[in-house]
Amino acid sequence: MKRELTCIVCPIGCSLVAEIEDGKVVSVSGNTCPRGKAYAETECVAPKRTVTTTVRCIGGRILPVKTDRTIPKEKVFDAMKIINNLHPVLPISAGDIIMKDVFGSNIVAVKNMF
Amino acid sequence: MYDVAIIGAGVVGGMIARTLAAYELKICILEKENDVAEGATKANSAIVHAGFDAKPGSLKAKLNVQGAKMMPKVCEELGVKYKNNGSLVIGFHDEDKRTIENLLERGIQNGVDGLEILDKDELKAIEPNISDNATAALYAKTGAIVCPYELTVAAIGNAMDNGADLRTGFKVCSIKAADAGYEICSENDSIKARFVVNAAGLYADEIAEMVGDTSFKITPRRGEYILLDKECGGLVSNTVFRTPSKMGKGILVTPTVDGNLLTGPTSVDMDDKEDKSTTAEGFARIIKEACENLNCIPFHKTITSFCGLRAVGSTGDFIIHSPRSGFINAAGIESPGLTSSPAIGLMVRDLLMEGGLVLREKGNFNPIRKPMHAFREASDEEKNTIIKKDAAYGRILCRCEGVTEGEILEAIRTNPRPSDLDGVKRRTRAQMGRCQGGFCMPLIMKLLAREMGVPCEKITKRGGNSFLITGKTKEEI
Amino acid sequence: MADLVIIGGGPAGMSAAIAAYKKGVRDILILERDGALGGILQQCIHNGFGLHKFGQELTGPEYALQYENQIKELGIRYKLNTMVLSITKDKVITATNGEDGIFKLRPKAIILAMGCRERSKGALNIGGTRPAGIYSAGTAQKLVNMEGYMPGKEVVILGSGDIGLIMARRMTLEGAKVKAVCELMPYSGGLARNIEQCLCDFDIPLKLSHTVVEIHGKERVSGVTIAKVDENKKPIIGTEEYIACDTLLLSVGLIPENELSIGASVSIDKITGGAAVDQDRQTDCAGIFACGNVLHVHDLVDFVSDEAEIAGQSAADYISGIKEENIHINVETDGKIRYTVPQKITKKKDVTVYFRVADVYRNVKICVYDGDTLLLAKKKVKVAPGEMESIKLSEDMLANCRKLQFKLEEVNA
Repeated sequence: MKRELTCIVCPIGCSLVAEIEDGKVVSVSGNTCPRGKAYAETECVAPKRTVTTTVRCIGGRILPVKTDRTIPKEKVFDAMKIINNLHPVLPISAGDIIMKDVFGSNIVAVKNMF
Repeated sequence: MYDVAIIGAGVVGGMIARTLAAYELKICILEKENDVAEGATKANSAIVHAGFDAKPGSLKAKLNVQGAKMMPKVCEELGVKYKNNGSLVIGFHDEDKRTIENLLERGIQNGVDGLEILDKDELKAIEPNISDNATAALYAKTGAIVCPYELTVAAIGNAMDNGADLRTGFKVCSIKAADAGYEICSENDSIKARFVVNAAGLYADEIAEMVGDTSFKITPRRGEYILLDKECGGLVSNTVFRTPSKMGKGILVTPTVDGNLLTGPTSVDMDDKEDKSTTAEGFARIIKEACENLNCIPFHKTITSFCGLRAVGSTGDFIIHSPRSGFINAAGIESPGLTSSPAIGLMVRDLLMEGGLVLREKGNFNPIRKPMHAFREASDEEKNTIIKKDAAYGRILCRCEGVTEGEILEAIRTNPRPSDLDGVKRRTRAQMGRCQGGFCMPLIMKLLAREMGVPCEKITKRGGNSFLITGKTKEEI
Repeated sequence: MADLVIIGGGPAGMSAAIAAYKKGVRDILILERDGALGGILQQCIHNGFGLHKFGQELTGPEYALQYENQIKELGIRYKLNTMVLSITKDKVITATNGEDGIFKLRPKAIILAMGCRERSKGALNIGGTRPAGIYSAGTAQKLVNMEGYMPGKEVVILGSGDIGLIMARRMTLEGAKVKAVCELMPYSGGLARNIEQCLCDFDIPLKLSHTVVEIHGKERVSGVTIAKVDENKKPIIGTEEYIACDTLLLSVGLIPENELSIGASVSIDKITGGAAVDQDRQTDCAGIFACGNVLHVHDLVDFVSDEAEIAGQSAADYISGIKEENIHINVETDGKIRYTVPQKITKKKDVTVYFRVADVYRNVKICVYDGDTLLLAKKKVKVAPGEMESIKLSEDMLANCRKLQFKLEEVNA
């Protein structure tokens, strides 16, 4: 089975074609770099996404955060529910972990906020 | 018990209130919207007409010429920008030429000074960008421009500074005779006044009907406009009208006092008094006709378009009279209503006096209002003196129009106080520039919320349910 | 006083400042109108920045922080909450803030790095009412990401620029329902990856060749009427469709903010909306340079940083009086290639020319001619207006060149 994909790894956005057999990607074409191949292999089997969002700190300020690695795509909204309930205390520095292990990823601050 | 209640806080109600505020009277202005100047006042051509247009002998003719003469002083006292830029009625062929000659004749009969007919070369000499097809023009040196909502805010602010009350959100539902006067009721409030002035614009017929006067009807007439960037404001210096024809007055092109270029209006009779929507047909007509007037108008520099509803009376003239004891109509005030408004103020005052209102001049009446654009026009040294006292005047919030936080706060704290974003916009020009509030809207929303002591969720664009935001993030999931 | 004043403390301004510092300029002052350095990146909390510059995917604030930290380490001065009011041709800057009041500066060189603004609804002449609930995508982004407010719950987005696509996802994650993204053109103006991860991931329909023809609602938006457009971008009667919504977001283009540049008599390229510059990003006013989105709108901040480095280094050379052999080559385009930056080349050295095409073209080659002589050709499977292209010209090619012409030619299969 063939599946057409748009690579989201970088802004080039290569059009990929993945050949899938028995639930496994056996070949990828259209990619300009190895990351495209890796993306297609994951995307066809267990797609993953980085989540970037915000948390409302104690005191009301809005802090941008992200998952420090990708999480399963189907868990994105569940992750949002968890993140929305986080209310960290300032000051916080970029890179600080706000919460550990949300679907295998840490929630980290991406900005200094004092 | 008020001496006078004025229904409607447009330019007509505003100028009446300001005229009456010079006397020992308790005055109340009632307005159904969240702010003043919300009706036809905020969306019209913003022109002080010379007065050659109206039929000789009509109220329109008389009050136009009188109002136009009063306007410079009124604007000076109220600190409102006024520019005597002149106006031109341009013609393209012989029939237009005859109409122009008739207009000249009419103007002279109406008592308009400084009218002359220009030939093609003279026309091109004063307006090089006028269409090459224009062959003649009526030139009215006394034609001028003014900002109608600035004038109204200032007039009502000045009336309030001299003791008048303003009640916004007061939609009159009934008027009953009571205690040698009237009781005016909204859905959940009421006031009493000995005299009532009906300056309710589009709804003046409905207000008059509440006291049994069914002698006239008001029809809304849609007028759409396109406003262009300040880059284009210098394309013409005069207000450029087309020669009126069977098809109507046509599309005009004019600079505004704030330096933009305004084109419009279309003219379509409507049924719905609230339908201020713009249409694709309207835009097409404005663009086509405006481009016939001038050689080149860069419509891609449009910054906004809008629609006003003119209150067209069924009699063909302004309807200013007293149908009932103590009740005065100032109705059907379509064009040249803005120009006439100071004179309408005087006429209504005189009608009230004839009706038995005793007028005693206030000893401490202050006709002067601090200009809302005072800071903007100050020198750098003067500005720095102000900034030293209040750093907010050093912080620019609206970058397109260069409006400072200090000016916005000043507007929020000055009569008549705005309570929504459009109100701040009309007073300060913040959000009125080329980005249309894209950058400063969130800042002004927060400032207004802070000053009013309410959360941002309660701040509206234009009163009612025109909320800017629907809530906080993190609350939906 | 300062030798170099940089107007704007966003990615372009910061990168230019650092580059100038590294070339020896010490007296640098950045004037930033916002309360923090970083510019628009502060509200771009999504990732995808920095792959080119840092080899990793960063969010907007993280990318900005890389530069802010350097600015602080190097001790480069900056003034926040400071708005430049005017610049004159002889480089007198008038600015204002709450602490200093209105003040003037007369630096040896100026770098314009003011960024861009979004095209507003006004310019579109959409018929209908003017209710609350109409925002540019960037304003919505600021409300959501910086202020923590939801502009609405049911959203239609007009325009498929990247900010619009990013906001479609962002609003969805925050619980809003994005009902459609309408795009006037038959192709999206945004990056393919953003269509994939911002729309497809959430089953948000992208309606190409569609526009909003009427806005409904008296107080707050109650819905929009959309319609399909023909090849002349005119709505096709009979294709109207009503979509109930409380919010209309606009992502219909970015405009370089060049009011200050125009005031300084800098010549503006009508197509880019930014200054016409040479390879050093110097405008036709000596000592005034421009970089970033004020020069031309970029897709990627990484390229903004690259461009700003050129401007910063060139400004440093200008300040220290370094002069190179002068040549004068105008760069012309054929219309299919809409514009190039730089627009002219005045020094004999390797130059990378950036450009955009006017439409989506497939199987083409980008050809660079000097008169009839083909200097260079680069094959492309697909080019699109939404994706900036570049081509590197070597010093040798420019040696005897008089006029460069950029043309897009078909490749015969």
